[in-house]
Amino acid sequence: MEIFEPNLYLYLSVSAVMFAIGTLGVLTRRNAIVIFMCVELMLNAVNLTLVTFSRFLDDAAGSMLVFFVMCVAAAEAVVGLAIIIALFRNKRDIDVNNFNLFKW
Amino acid sequence: MALQTALFWIFSILGIAGGIGLVINRNPVYSALSLILNFFSLAGLYLSLQAEFLAVIQVLVYAGAIMVLFLFVIMLLNLSDEPRVEGFDIARGASFLLAIGFVAEMLIILKDVVLPSSPEKFTYGKVESIGNLLMTNYLFPFEVISVVLVASLIGAIVIAKKFNY
Repeated sequence: MEIFEPNLYLYLSVSAVMFAIGTLGVLTRRNAIVIFMCVELMLNAVNLTLVTFSRFLDDAAGSMLVFFVMCVAAAEAVVGLAIIIALFRNKRDIDVNNFNLFKW
Repeated sequence: MALQTALFWIFSILGIAGGIGLVINRNPVYSALSLILNFFSLAGLYLSLQAEFLAVIQVLVYAGAIMVLFLFVIMLLNLSDEPRVEGFDIARGASFLLAIGFVAEMLIILKDVVLPSSPEKFTYGKVESIGNLLMTNYLFPFEVISVVLVASLIGAIVIAKKFNY
């Protein structure tokens, strides 16, 4: 049962898989809120990496960085949702294919 | 030790399942609920890494505050299900390839990660040590974060409010 013991490699692999799932969601989904939630998932995957390294090196920097990332993510969520509400007010829809003002 | 192993596998499988549920659900509300599952399992993984403070913050801030905000906005906008894409989409296929390539690459690279030592106990998981560091070494970032939060508060009001000029 030695190979099932959680170690650094397993934690980092779980984090990498979660990050890839988040990337996949950002690239394939078209609902702006879901894309936004996938970005949150990617942030959390990176947080897991930071906590893992912090734990396995017994170093404070990783944990502190995760704390600050969480604060910034909260701020980012508020502003992002406000932008989504402003978008919805303009077009009555938040499908990102409808928003191509910057596309050339 | 056996309990820790079991908890690690349960939480990592639940977390990845939550992530997959977030991406494949057509209904945004189901996606948000899957993401909450993912956040709770991440809190469990933090606990298995002895980072108790971050686990509690994960549940309170992420699963509590941020996801309630998301659900609130989803229900406010009353969105319909996302329509299914018919046939093969080249961009979608490329995205799958990118994601699978990324995972394969990380799995290969991470195999070579070797750390000098792996300590038995984690010193910085408790509220006490984190609070001490916040008031000493990390005092300046801690103060700057409050400015960021106020700025985002004001920004959100300005962006979302309807001004009648």
